[in-house]
Parts: sequence; C-alpha cells; structure tokens
Amino acid sequence: MQTGHIAKSGRNRSLISQRVRGVSPSGIRKFFDILASMEGVISLGVGEPDFVTPWNIREAAISSVEKGYTHYTSNYGLLELREEVARYLKRLYGVEYDPKTEILITVGVSEGLDLAMRALVDPGDEVLIPDPSYVAYSPLATLAGAAVVPVPTTLENNFKLMPHDLESKISGRSKAIIMGYPCNPTGAVMSRDELQKVADLALEHGLIIASDEIYARLVYGIEHTCVASLPGMRDSTVLLGGFSKAFAMTGWRIGYAAATEEIIEAMMKVHQYTLMCAPITGQMAALEALRSKDALVDEMLEEYDRRRKVIVRGLNEMGLTCFEPQGAFYAFPSIKITGLTSDEFAQQLLEEEKVAVVAGSAFGQYGEGHVRCCYATSMSDLQEAVERIGRFVKRHKV
Amino acid sequence: MKDIFKLLEEDARRTPEQLAVLAGLSVGEVVSIIKKAESEGVIVGYKALVNWDNVPGEEGQVWALIEVKVVPQRGVGFDGIAERISRFTEVDSLYLVSGQFDLAVIVIGKSFNEVGAFVSNKLATMEGVQGTNTHYLLKRYKDDGLWLFKGDESQRLPVSP
Ligand SMILES: Cc1ncc(COP(=O)(O)O)c(C=O)c1O
Repeated sequence: MQTGHIAKSGRNRSLISQRVRGVSPSGIRKFFDILASMEGVISLGVGEPDFVTPWNIREAAISSVEKGYTHYTSNYGLLELREEVARYLKRLYGVEYDPKTEILITVGVSEGLDLAMRALVDPGDEVLIPDPSYVAYSPLATLAGAAVVPVPTTLENNFKLMPHDLESKISGRSKAIIMGYPCNPTGAVMSRDELQKVADLALEHGLIIASDEIYARLVYGIEHTCVASLPGMRDSTVLLGGFSKAFAMTGWRIGYAAATEEIIEAMMKVHQYTLMCAPITGQMAALEALRSKDALVDEMLEEYDRRRKVIVRGLNEMGLTCFEPQGAFYAFPSIKITGLTSDEFAQQLLEEEKVAVVAGSAFGQYGEGHVRCCYATSMSDLQEAVERIGRFVKRHKV
Repeated sequence: MKDIFKLLEEDARRTPEQLAVLAGLSVGEVVSIIKKAESEGVIVGYKALVNWDNVPGEEGQVWALIEVKVVPQRGVGFDGIAERISRFTEVDSLYLVSGQFDLAVIVIGKSFNEVGAFVSNKLATMEGVQGTNTHYLLKRYKDDGLWLFKGDESQRLPVSP
C-alpha cells in the first residue's frame, strides 16, 4: 500500500493538493516540539504579550455571556464594534471609513490577510513581500495562487523597505504588497516620509498595499503612520488591525479589515462562507477594549519600553549588534560574530543555556544571520536570559 | 524624575544601576534624584509588603477599620487630633474622610482584645473624640495595589510566530 497516494487512481496522484504541498512547514513548529520536552527554559521565542488581557475587558466578556450574547452576529461583525473601530481609526490616524460598508470584523489579522489575498489575487499575480517578514505573509499569498516576490531588507537600512529595492522587483504582473510596520520580526518602524515613497510606487504601478498594522500602538518614541492616511492611499490600502498585541488579546481571535466597499464586499464574500462571523464573545471583549481609556495600552507599552532598553543594551554589550527597534516587542540582533547560522545558534543556545530564540531564517532568507528575541517577558527572566546568552556568545565568538 | 519614582514605587529594590538603564539616565543622576527626593519628603520610606496570613504562627493578626467622629479644634481643625491619634504605634493608617464620620483609622493588633482595649482605653476617651464605630476586617484581598489571592497565570505557549 502506498501512503499519501490514492491507491486506485490511474495516475499517481498525490492525496494532498499541490497548493498545500507548495507551502513549507513552519520552522517554528519543529522547534516547539523540542522545547516542550525541556525544563527550566527561558523563552524569548514567543510572539505574544505576557500580560493576561486587562480585567475590564475580561469582565465585559463574562458579563456578555451572562446576558445571553451567544449567537451569530452580522457577517460583517457587530455594527457597534465596527462603529467603534471607525471612530478609533479616525481619532488615532485620521482615516475615515464607513462602518456599514468599509469595515469587516475578522478572526484576527490572520484571517484578514487571508481574505485580502483571496479577494485580490489571481493565479500568476505577483505579491511583493519584504524579507524578513511575519511567517504567514508568504504562505497566505501562495495559497491564494500568487507568486511571492521577496524584497530584501537589511540591517544597514534598519530593516526598512527601501524604495529602490521595491522598485527593482515590480513587474507587469505585480498586484499587491503585503507589509507590516512595526515589523515582526525586526521591530523596524517606517516614518511617514519613508512610507510615502513606498506609497508613491504603489500608486504609480497600481498596486494594493495590504498593510498589517497590528503593532500600531506599540511604538517607542516615534509616531505610527497609518498607510491609509497617506495622500491617495485610502483606496489602495487594505488596512488590517487587531487586538491581539496592544490589548494582550491573542486568544480572543478578533481583528478588523478596513478598505473600500468594493474590496470589503469581496473579502466578506469569502468570510461569510468560511467563518460566518467572528466569535461574538471576542467581539464583545473587543468593544470594551476600544472603549477603555488609552492608559490601558500605555501602561503595558511603558513596561515593554523598559524591557526593550534592557535587552537592546544587553545584546549590544555582548557583541550581538542590534539596531534599536522602534516598535513591536522584538529585538533582531545580528549573530555574525559567532559564525553560526541562525538555526545552529537557536538550536545550540537552547541546548547549552536553555534560552529559546527564533532563528531569523524562519522569517525569510534575508533573516539569516539574525535571531528574533521577544522581550514581552518578565524583567527578571529577561535579565537572566541576557546573562545566559552572554555566556553562550563568549564561548562561540570566532 | 517621575520615572524614577514610579519605578521605585513598583519595586523599591531596584538598584541605581538598574534604574539608570530603565530611565535612560546616568547612575549619578539617579542617585542625586533619590537623595533629593528623600530629603524633601517625596520618598518617605521603603518597605516590604508582608502577607502575615501566610506566616506560620502569625495568622491571628487582627485588623480593624475604625470610624471616628471628632470635634475640630480652633486654629488646627482636624490636624491636631488626627496627628495625636496617628502617633500611637497601634495605628497603621489614618485618613480624614468626608461623610458620616471624620477619621478612618486602621488599627492592627495581635488579638481582638488588644484592638478592643486600644479603642476603649485610648481612642474613645481622647478629648475631642465624640464616638467610634469599629469594623473588624475579616479577610484582605488586595493591599496597596497588590492582590493577596492567586492572580492570573499566563498559559502562553513557549514558542509562537
Ligand atoms: C505581524 C503580525 N501579524 C499578524 C499576526 C496575527 O495576529 P492575529 O492574532 O490578529 O491573527 C501576528 C501574530 O504574531 C503578527 O506578529
């Protein structure tokens, strides 16, 4: 018997579709299995806050369940929540969307990205993605049938997307750009001027930008620029936002997409048949999150900022060159002085010092030579981790 | 400056070196801010928050919240009597409050008898005190912003994208 093949088929057909086989398994998964069997590990390998969701949000969700909010909502999501999202986007970034037709509540930014790709690309279309980038961008574009075109970003440019690098990859088949600043894994943030240059290219070549702004609230000493707020970009942007990071709500699975009615309508079409609607308890929690005072997020932000200073300083002092990340909660140091690949570094660091970091190569080929250290972990663990990594680097310096 | 106070309020054990990194100042600057704050009554002390309920043999501590009605005095208002009451070592905290009574006094003792004796012998008999109403505290849930029950436990996976 052959496994993985349909036995009686005349052709030697594979059970699993070509499309899915074309996506490589997540490098993070493999690492997770090793980690799960070890004790005493300090993990800087996470991609989510260590804070539990603030109490007022949890309480609002509990009370909504008590009151009987247990049904489907509109496919678009609760109108009240969409209205609150519209107010929030206007207040913080000055962009205006009609809550009735231009906002869709999604199951996290993850779903928003998937819907955007499925709604926008045809087989053969090219989607440009800065490299390194969040792990889901490239697989989601691939699954939608697009050809992924990585655009390298480098330490010399603080991992920002440089206009000439982008331009050199644009072709007649380019359809969209997926990008996200503040960036996971690098912590890079792009200024308004820098984004304007990217936007100019998008407008010139008729490209849509799927802008993953999930870390928008987590910026340090710099203002976040919403891509849709750039002149002319509102109608060429699919703005994706969420609650997972800033509000420490990863498990609730709520995000939103904002774009023109035409695009939202198309995304909704896919959403209504695959998800029906985002979970109602999560939507009720998100509603409370948006109605909370800004201090709720700012207090967590202040704590991340302190940890950021500790880890960036620690890494630089031990010789792992690390540019100052201005957003999200990741540091992305260069491991060049060890002469190890990022996989080897992560593997050996875990074995020898029991610290988990994620190999930069998990985020694209240009992530090689770096590792991602998440500093959304307690200050005492962070300090201990810096000490352990320091010992490791001393031993492996070439 | 405010950063330093906030950082110390959260954890008074932070060293000047740690504070310097967190606040983006030099160690010298941190030390001089703290010295000045101590001398000007901005930082009034440093202490550990002990949950005596969890100390074997000491579980029996008695806390009482006592409402006190007083007659304000000419010239010093409530300050004169409030400060006099504050000086007793039995008194842990004391606040002037609005409403049905004037002073809210927290008293800590080793037993109900000890607290009772303090109230009837010392407090109620003081000149200017018109009446007292004692509430014994049965259980502490939160003190100085800290929970005394088991709080949130993060269920985070060790690695995620
Ligand atoms: C850049 C980025 N986008 C999207 C997501 C997924 O977000 P959500 O929880 O809203 O699906 C993550 C989570 O790690 C992320 O880092």
